[in-house]
Amino acid sequence: MRGGLSKTLALVGAAGLLAVSACGNSDDGGGSGDAAASKDVTVFTWWADGGEKAGLDGMVSVFNTECKDYKFVNSAVAGGAGSNAKQVLANDLQAGKPPSTFQAHAGAELRDYINAGQVDDVSGLYKEFGLDKAFPQNLIDNLTVDGKIYSIPANVHRANVVWANPTVLKKASLDGTKAPASIDAWIADLTKLKAAGVTAPLAISKGFAQEMLVEAVLLAELGPDKFIGLWDGKTDWAGGDVTAALNKYKTLLTFTNSDREAIDWPDALGYVNSGKAGYTLMGDWVAAQQLADKVPDTAYTYWPSPGTAGNFQYLADSFTLPTNGQNPEGAKCWLKVTGSADGQKAFNTKKGSIPARSDANPADYPKYQQVAMADWKKDKIVPSCAHGAACTLGQNNDILSAISQFSGSPDVAKLQSALGAAMKTS
Amino acid sequence: MHGRIRTWGPGALVLLPTVLLLGYFVYGLIAWSFNTSLTDRHTARKGPANYVGFENYGNLFTEERFLNSLKNLGVLTVAFIVGTLIFGLLWALLLEKGVPGESVFRSIYLFPMAISMIASGVVWGWLLNPSQGEDARGLNRLFEILHLGFLENAWWTAGSRWTTMLSIALPAIWQLSGYIMALFLAGFRGIPPELREAARVDGASEFKLYRHVLFPQLSPIALSALIILGHMSLKLFDLIYAITGPNQFRTEVPAVYMWNTLLRSDQAKAAAIAIVMLAVVAVLVIPYVAYTVRQESKE
Repeated sequence: MRGGLSKTLALVGAAGLLAVSACGNSDDGGGSGDAAASKDVTVFTWWADGGEKAGLDGMVSVFNTECKDYKFVNSAVAGGAGSNAKQVLANDLQAGKPPSTFQAHAGAELRDYINAGQVDDVSGLYKEFGLDKAFPQNLIDNLTVDGKIYSIPANVHRANVVWANPTVLKKASLDGTKAPASIDAWIADLTKLKAAGVTAPLAISKGFAQEMLVEAVLLAELGPDKFIGLWDGKTDWAGGDVTAALNKYKTLLTFTNSDREAIDWPDALGYVNSGKAGYTLMGDWVAAQQLADKVPDTAYTYWPSPGTAGNFQYLADSFTLPTNGQNPEGAKCWLKVTGSADGQKAFNTKKGSIPARSDANPADYPKYQQVAMADWKKDKIVPSCAHGAACTLGQNNDILSAISQFSGSPDVAKLQSALGAAMKTS
Repeated sequence: MHGRIRTWGPGALVLLPTVLLLGYFVYGLIAWSFNTSLTDRHTARKGPANYVGFENYGNLFTEERFLNSLKNLGVLTVAFIVGTLIFGLLWALLLEKGVPGESVFRSIYLFPMAISMIASGVVWGWLLNPSQGEDARGLNRLFEILHLGFLENAWWTAGSRWTTMLSIALPAIWQLSGYIMALFLAGFRGIPPELREAARVDGASEFKLYRHVLFPQLSPIALSALIILGHMSLKLFDLIYAITGPNQFRTEVPAVYMWNTLLRSDQAKAAAIAIVMLAVVAVLVIPYVAYTVRQESKE
């Protein structure tokens, strides 16, 4: 009887797993399937299509030559900017079936896994692979939690970038090549554009895109040190300077498209490309999208969002070593490729991001990345909450909810207290 | 003794797998969820948790985000049930009066049922685009073309809770009205023709025929429809998630909030939300079960 029941349970469980993987896997690698083949290295990501998939494929080809003893098993879950994947991953980790290695945003978002005891310290690997010298000290400091490092970044993205359409800006006699010096100057330019007949000069999309704009305004108005303080508890969220910044955000929202809650960032970028809008603020994965959409270099310009020049607001995708993961030796080989110069080059030239290593050769990269790589070397590195570098999943969840509420009924005092309250949770 | 086992033994054996599976997967897991909701298990970390009694529930009912999601759910349920019943009954009445090519209409009305909520959610997400005037898209574009500009609106992205949740209920109504139509149509067809004839012979007008003869016969079906729609509305997750995405304060219902809470590994809180949802379903279903049991024992 017992055997029968457990068999039934196993069947039902298998059906459940199938259902989960059927939801999104483009390449069904069987997730955390049985470890019959101990050579398998299951790599869990949310890179299932577009430039992300191309980047992953690039890294896999390096893995296949560097780690001949092992077999790469794709365990990607598509959709929802990683939120679907995170849910599946949480289930697997909870069930004690971690993949060999999984993708996680470097920085505060990793704290969830660290606190839950789900990832191992990889500081030793940094010495072994020579990464402690290859990565900028700034980044290593950002990754270190209580003296330990828990992941190896594959890339770096920049969040605080504004993409502009110079042809639209010309309508109001604005110079597309130069960023306005401050948020106030930007608002003045937006006013001119509106007067020139552009109904929604600043294109924006839902959810994290609005969060990124809030962050860009806060960074511009408070400066990098106080901005970082917002996330580590040293700056008071209830302060008057935060109120002033959020009021400017409220003003910026009045220049945006009315369907901002209904569209995703590629649509907002489309408004800029088609000349319906003058600007959009989005991370530098836009560069890869423009390449993929064959938008010529001359059709758009970009600069650090107004008032944030000299600051590189970063986010990084990184790989971890899960506690009790299957095939840890194979996973270490994957991590070695992740951190290596070859692996980062294969990945980043395709994904539109820049390598975390500071010894990469800019000549290998397209035009936008060359500029970003130069900035990465000299700018002050500031984390982004929208992509997990500055805050945990839970905090980000509450912040997104508050920002969506604000988008429908703008109440600065309410937003400010909700943001403060969100950072008090874990 | 031996003979008695023969009588009930085979029956019990047939039922046993169902009882075991149901006991484990339904009642066992409800008990497990309830147990989790009484602890302080707010992370994914394993190990023993402390019991904190009903603290999680207390916190939920003082939290603006949760109360907002409950209110959203209330409005959504009312809009969804009323809308679906009205359209379902209307379509059933039209078909019941007899039209040429009835089966074609039946298929058309029932067709939305065959589409998964997540797929129709994606499409309705586009249809409910809030842009108006020159930039209008989706349904607003249609109104623009038909010169019905006054019907254009921001759908769920602005305005009161009622306009927001009514917009969300719209796709759900579209999807389930056909099913309710089928229920009512079956009900109409089940009424013996003698009843109508007798009423007509007695000189009842068409309106009186429906009001006093046909509708009363349909009340058990209306009640089942109410229960089915009520519990479906509580479970609405995929549709809302597909249209608005996660973390959308305006349209968040407890099911979506539970998903968000679980994503951040706050297991105790997520379990508490699940138990509250179960309690709301129970409020709907228990009176119905009691009513049916009483009806059956009367017969």
